[in-house]
Amino acid sequence: MAFDSFLALLAMEGHAPYVWSAWGLTAVLLIGSALYARAERRHLLRDLQRRQRRERHAGREDAHES
Amino acid sequence: MWAFIHKLGSPKWFYAISARLQPWFWALAILLLLVGSVWGLVFAPSDYQQGNSFRIIYVHVPAAILAQSCFVTMAVAGVIFLVWKIKIADMAAAVIAPFGAAMTFVALFSGAVWGMPTWGTWWVWDARLTSMLIQLFLYLGVIALRGAFASRDSGSRAASVLALVGVVNIPIIKYSVDWWNTLHQPATFTLTERPAMPVEMWLPLLVMVLGFYCFFIALTLTRTRNEILRRESAKRWVRELVAGTARRG
Repeated sequence: MAFDSFLALLAMEGHAPYVWSAWGLTAVLLIGSALYARAERRHLLRDLQRRQRRERHAGREDAHES
Repeated sequence: MWAFIHKLGSPKWFYAISARLQPWFWALAILLLLVGSVWGLVFAPSDYQQGNSFRIIYVHVPAAILAQSCFVTMAVAGVIFLVWKIKIADMAAAVIAPFGAAMTFVALFSGAVWGMPTWGTWWVWDARLTSMLIQLFLYLGVIALRGAFASRDSGSRAASVLALVGVVNIPIIKYSVDWWNTLHQPATFTLTERPAMPVEMWLPLLVMVLGFYCFFIALTLTRTRNEILRRESAKRWVRELVAGTARRG
């Protein structure tokens, strides 16, 4: 291990703001894009399900009228 | 071979095969990125000149390499779409662009915060930095152009052409450090030569690069599948699939 303690790891011998901001941005963008992809899939499926249900209802009403 | 390509170009077939591939790439990406991060941040020795600021390399180099790979992939997908009209290639190109832009931004940002403690400046108009900034603008141009047309097909074709033209920037980025001898150092990491770094610094970097690539493949598979659902929602097989997921809840 390159550090004596956890605090030494956080401090990065005075380079903490540089190291952690670069790593932090990377983590935010990677985790964010993975979560976005998952949320996108859920929204799409929910929207498509809703649309199909609406179409089915509309179809039934048409059948009643004729 | 041609039959295989045409099969791969069918959204239905791609949707099925990617369902089986994507969990593996996600798992591999998470594993490699976690191992690489702990290794690079905690266990790799600090650099005798740069101290611990050198640990930025483990996000800077993978992001920069991947940002360029994304651009080439996007351009190849653009050619496939322009020449053979394969829709899946255009869907992939559409989802790769924002991720490529994000990786370019990571490379620029991490480079800036690495430059400050190492060179004493956030930014210089060095050839490597400038060509990378141009790549960010090219990505943003491709994304904007895609959305700037009333018809999706026109947007797709315009974005493909710009991606193709923009590839000219890739060799400029790659050779900028050799052609113009300015501030940015030449490549420290190549697949063809022995690295100039000690193994205990170089191995975690290799793990991170592989992790970034797996992440890119996993994300592109997942988001291309989303794009299929969006664009092919009127197709019978998508309707049946949606009805099936509704029943399962």
